[in-house]
Amino acid sequence: MSVAVIRFPGSNCDTDCVRATEVVAGLKARVIWHQDAIPAEISLVILPGGFSYGDYLRPGAIARFAPAMAEVRRFADRGGHVLGICNGFQILTEAGMLPGALLPNGSLSFVCQDVRLRVERTDTPFTRRYKKGQVLRMPVAHGDGRYFSETPPQGVVFRYVDENGDPTPEANPNGALDNIAGMVNARGNVLGMMPHPERACETLLGSTDGRALFESVLESSLGVGA
Amino acid sequence: MMTDTPVYQILGLTRSEYVRIVDILEREPTPTELAMFSVEWSEHCGYPRSRDYLRTLPREGKFAPMVGTDAGGIVLDGRIVVFKAESHNHPSQVEPKAGAATGVGGIVRDILSMGARPVALLDSLRFGDARDARTAFFVKGVVDGIQHYGNCIGVPTVGGEVTFDAAFSGNCLVNVMCVGVVEGERVMTSEAPAGQSVMFLGSRTGRDGIGGCSVLASREFSEADQKRPTVQIGDPFAGKCLIEATLEAIASGAVIAMKDMGAAGLTCTTSEMAAAGGVGMEVELEKVPRREAGMEPFELMMSESQERMLAAVAPGREQEVVDIYHRWGLQAHVVGRTVEGGELIIRDEGEIVAQLPVVALTSPETIPLPYSAPPAGAEIPLDVERPQGGWGEALLTLLGAPNIASRAWIFRQYDHTVQTNTVVPPGRADAAVIRLPITVEGATRGLAMTMDANPRLCGLDPYEGARQAVAEAARNLVCVGAEPAGVTDCLNFGNPEKPERFWQFVRAIEGLGDACRALHIPVVSGNVSFFNESPQGAVLPTPTIGMVGVLQDVTQARSMGLLGEGYDLVLLGNLSGALGGSEYATEICCAGGGNIAVLDMERESALHKTVLAAHAEGIVAAAHDLSEGGLMIAVAECCIAGGVGARLDLKDIPAETPADLAALYFGEAPSRILVSLLPEDHERLQALAAEHGVPYRRLGSTAGRHLVVHGPGSEEWGSTLSAMRRRHASLPDLLGL
Repeated sequence: MSVAVIRFPGSNCDTDCVRATEVVAGLKARVIWHQDAIPAEISLVILPGGFSYGDYLRPGAIARFAPAMAEVRRFADRGGHVLGICNGFQILTEAGMLPGALLPNGSLSFVCQDVRLRVERTDTPFTRRYKKGQVLRMPVAHGDGRYFSETPPQGVVFRYVDENGDPTPEANPNGALDNIAGMVNARGNVLGMMPHPERACETLLGSTDGRALFESVLESSLGVGA
Repeated sequence: MMTDTPVYQILGLTRSEYVRIVDILEREPTPTELAMFSVEWSEHCGYPRSRDYLRTLPREGKFAPMVGTDAGGIVLDGRIVVFKAESHNHPSQVEPKAGAATGVGGIVRDILSMGARPVALLDSLRFGDARDARTAFFVKGVVDGIQHYGNCIGVPTVGGEVTFDAAFSGNCLVNVMCVGVVEGERVMTSEAPAGQSVMFLGSRTGRDGIGGCSVLASREFSEADQKRPTVQIGDPFAGKCLIEATLEAIASGAVIAMKDMGAAGLTCTTSEMAAAGGVGMEVELEKVPRREAGMEPFELMMSESQERMLAAVAPGREQEVVDIYHRWGLQAHVVGRTVEGGELIIRDEGEIVAQLPVVALTSPETIPLPYSAPPAGAEIPLDVERPQGGWGEALLTLLGAPNIASRAWIFRQYDHTVQTNTVVPPGRADAAVIRLPITVEGATRGLAMTMDANPRLCGLDPYEGARQAVAEAARNLVCVGAEPAGVTDCLNFGNPEKPERFWQFVRAIEGLGDACRALHIPVVSGNVSFFNESPQGAVLPTPTIGMVGVLQDVTQARSMGLLGEGYDLVLLGNLSGALGGSEYATEICCAGGGNIAVLDMERESALHKTVLAAHAEGIVAAAHDLSEGGLMIAVAECCIAGGVGARLDLKDIPAETPADLAALYFGEAPSRILVSLLPEDHERLQALAAEHGVPYRRLGSTAGRHLVVHGPGSEEWGSTLSAMRRRHASLPDLLGL
């Protein structure tokens, strides 16, 4: 049983994700090239951040057609855990594996800063080690992170909040609908989020609030008690 | 354009250079040869005007330097930390977004060509007057270009600086610095013996950027120019793939030598690679992949299309390299080979279009230029009055001044946390700090980095200005706890053919060299950008210093933010500064003139030793260098960064006149660092200061949500944290962004 990080041309957080699983659980994740198959022993797939295929048409719009994405879909259909971070979240919405879309930020500018997130659900394999309502701090870094959906979104896992835990407009870095920062699918095995938990796993980097996410999902998918 | 202008002149060559070409070849050059000479002999590539001066810069320091052809670095625990800064001024003035973006791409490839993975970027930017409506256009475009390229390639932009001055309104400066790391044994050079396959790697070649270095970078701007086709267009996605493919190819061991195609494209890479190896080279142009049909040989040789590399590959291993680049969706073709002898032969469909001695091409004759100091201006006294609205209002005005206000609006648009190594991000300290994944005796090393220049001071005195830029860069590193280890320079000046401009260059080089020698820091790489002139005049002389320092233990890095209540504040260095050319003079008095403070290198060095010793003892809680806006701005910035107020006691300072008080509060001078520490650590810091002969003054302590100053004559003034924070964040409003 092992973890796979999918590498698309243009992915730029792939090695960061590999490092995070190593730092958190001592696990050496496998990097899977976007044209290759997902090996049978994989039980968690991470779609990392970056600019897959340059994001030239629309973030994630080309990556969804990569051979690896057909594999990821089959993997998720079988109940495997999929974690899409930033560009990975964009790819999951483009692929229809999560509802809604990620539009250009309200400011029309890229935004890189620390944000606060409120944990809305702890009944997912990704968040079982958090407390409901817990406020986390981790960075965002994206140009297209404004979550939007025409139907009332179900499955909200993280919301952007202020230091009091309130989802205010000021705490929302990109204008996302209802301050949505992360979503799971109905089955609960696919999570997409704009913030970067892999950048919040070491004290040296300013926050360790992302560790519990990796610990949760590694425990859920591998039975690793990190 | 007049039809009787000789072709060489259109290409940027002088009549005497043309005569020399005919002498070398013993015949008239072909159009392709002429084009090749024009780019390779330009200042941008061959440094014919500056070379002799650059040779005077020191190359020795505490850390072993490693000076390569495309970049340089320092050796650290078996790895090489490679860094270089480069200008992309003219393209950014013509086309801000594309110009700045390719500035990032270009410097990243310089680092890459040494086999190093790029780990950090910094930008030093100069724009026109912040209140000029046109300035926002350039700021937006340049910032957009940097974020567009840097964010996509996944290299964190961790630092830099931005200043505004009317002298840059017709010619902005975009200086980009990249830092990379390579295992010692993997470091690449551009030297290859004869008999290797020459491979063209990366993107296809198009017509963009033809004459970028010779026509665009080596002339002043004039009113009616149409220079857009000379600006290159970068593709960051291709840039990211090129980084990965190139590092993979180097790791495979198949690559013998590598060069990036920046200025002068194929001409530069083929001739300089041959020259470095002391060999010749034969190139078949028809094998070069291109974006459009019908390109002439001279266009292929001059094109500055982006994301291209040239490699010498061990014979028999070409296919491995092809496979790697193809996997990343990039081109890879064998286009020639290195041969014995010293000739560069370019063929197109079998026909020789250029045949010339490599050495003649890569070593343009030095162009000695006359220089002379401008007539000394009469000393203008600076008339200082009490600020209207009092000292508190002056503090807020300065916090919101274009050259002091927070740069958060800019660096928030740059991904500064990708690669998960950023320990001190932009805006938190005088220098950025990243983790260098080297573990030695249980500690992880850190790299601190900064860029600094002082154009206003250089305009008054280029020697002093360059020295102070070096001192400030080093001081920035010392503040975070890093030992200064190496310098890259990016020298931006006006038209060197004007003696007073060239004098600025010569004096700045002397200042730069003297300061680096005094601080024992080697200059490992650099870049010269002349002809930064427009119809509005020349830019201020701007030698930008990029400096990298080493932290023995990155967990000990400190920022400027005060850590909370209960800490004390100490000033190391002289209390008062000078007002000439200061932000106070500019923003409050709205006047030039007055005296500037002169740097004493021994004092500066003593200060660094004191602060580094204090860091080593673990008694520095926070530190910040005093620069623009002097003492009170430094204190205010520490308060804002830490989210806590401070009470300062300066009652006993003998200052009465408005000029004395302004010099105390806002005067500017080198060799001063503000340190925050626990009250029980005073004795130890005081002892260190005494040991090195550094003035020591306890200023006060952190407390509450106000900055309160008990000034001379028991005058009490100050401001709230929230008011200071608001004004400090006013840059977007000021620029109308």
